Amino acid sequence: MRVLVDFDLCESNAICMQIAPDIFEVRDDDFLYILNDTPGDERRVVLEESVQRCPKQAISLQE
Amino acid sequence: MTLLRERITIVGASLAGYWAAETLRRDGFEGLISLVGDEQHEPYDRPPLSKKYLAGDVRRDQLALGDVDKLDALDLDLRLGQRATGLDVASQLLEVNGVSESYDGLILATGARCRTLPSTDGVMGVHTLRTLDDAEAIRTALQDGAEQMVVVGAGFVGAEVAATAVNSGMLVTMVEALEAPFSRVLGQEMGMVLADLHRSHGVDLRTGVGVDEVLTAPTRSGGDRVVGVRLVDGTEVSADLLVAGIGVIPNVDWMEGSGLDLVDGVVCDATCLAAPNVVAAGDVARWFNVRYGESMRVEHWDNAVQQGAHAARRLLQTDEEAQPFNPVPWFWSDQYDRKVQLAGRSSPDADVRVMTGSVDEHRFVAFYGHEGRFLGALGMNRPRHVMQSKGLLEQDVSWDEALAFAAEWD
Repeated sequence: MRVLVDFDLCESNAICMQIAPDIFEVRDDDFLYILNDTPGDERRVVLEESVQRCPKQAISLQE
Repeated sequence: MTLLRERITIVGASLAGYWAAETLRRDGFEGLISLVGDEQHEPYDRPPLSKKYLAGDVRRDQLALGDVDKLDALDLDLRLGQRATGLDVASQLLEVNGVSESYDGLILATGARCRTLPSTDGVMGVHTLRTLDDAEAIRTALQDGAEQMVVVGAGFVGAEVAATAVNSGMLVTMVEALEAPFSRVLGQEMGMVLADLHRSHGVDLRTGVGVDEVLTAPTRSGGDRVVGVRLVDGTEVSADLLVAGIGVIPNVDWMEGSGLDLVDGVVCDATCLAAPNVVAAGDVARWFNVRYGESMRVEHWDNAVQQGAHAARRLLQTDEEAQPFNPVPWFWSDQYDRKVQLAGRSSPDADVRVMTGSVDEHRFVAFYGHEGRFLGALGMNRPRHVMQSKGLLEQDVSWDEALAFAAEWD
């Protein structure tokens, strides 16, 4: 599973960081960084929640 | 124990309804899902309507919730342009466009509609903003060369419309009856900070003064069009475009006599259940949030997503399995180049403290606390810190603990 973020859409609302802090981090420069773009399947549920709750619908998962 | 259901109907095809449908399928429901919506459009996302869509920066097809393939994969009985007209929860009968049909499970997600200014029906140039069609009409007026806009009500939708209009070169006046704009949501002190942001971008913000009358002039085609407003202090403001952002009314009228408890929304228990086999979600749902020990109705995007999913799961669960829906409310608003986020809530008598950044630079986080309780965090261009604060709110930390945590920030 690969985590993809469309950085043209992302506006750093940081909701993903709160849901999956091991994968997403919004730093003090207000930009989102992906800490791990190939997480294990045990993170699927929280990643799906991140996809769902991103206000800009900027996150997707690729199998 | 599993519940036998063959047919779940979702009334309302916007955010909460869409995510309810998605969740039902994700959790393995294989029966018929009817998604009934009174708009002609497939489910779409509303937040861009007052911002990028209005500015002409995104196309209509970019607003879709889920792409076409995903919508197809949900295998829905999608019934657009149809309106629920009646309900009887005792006999489990729903009426759509006047025709009765049965359901095994029902998800109420009919949202809310905008309040309108009295005596402005049919007046050209007077708008509210809720739907894609509303946004299309305002966008057309902007493109047709409207020059002066009056925004009635300094709420978040109105503020976003004002920001978009200023950026496109319009003269914008915002009129708010309260002394402190945005104070209902942000409290007085922080409401003034947001007011300052708008003034610094050239919005003529009039506070503590309501609209007495919408001024109109006859058009050649026989109708009336807006030419301005007269305020209660007698001053007149000319305008060729008026957008009223004066709040919403939950869409419960069609449920009168249904057997449901309707009090400013559909009254639900802590799990979003409104009656046996009936749940509600989104702007229309008034549920008991056990975190706060009070009944609330929340009009935020994130709430609609989460509550839509929660309500759908509730319908698939037994009473014993059901979980309370107890989120910390959170919303964002984009105005000019600022991202405003509030996690939790303010309170009129809250102690307000700026924890990091600078209010003057419009980049900061402020905390709201009251009687030892940490209530909320407001950020302007500080998403990282707002989200950390949201985590603290979810853990129900005390005011002192929250202050100690934030002391590490700078």
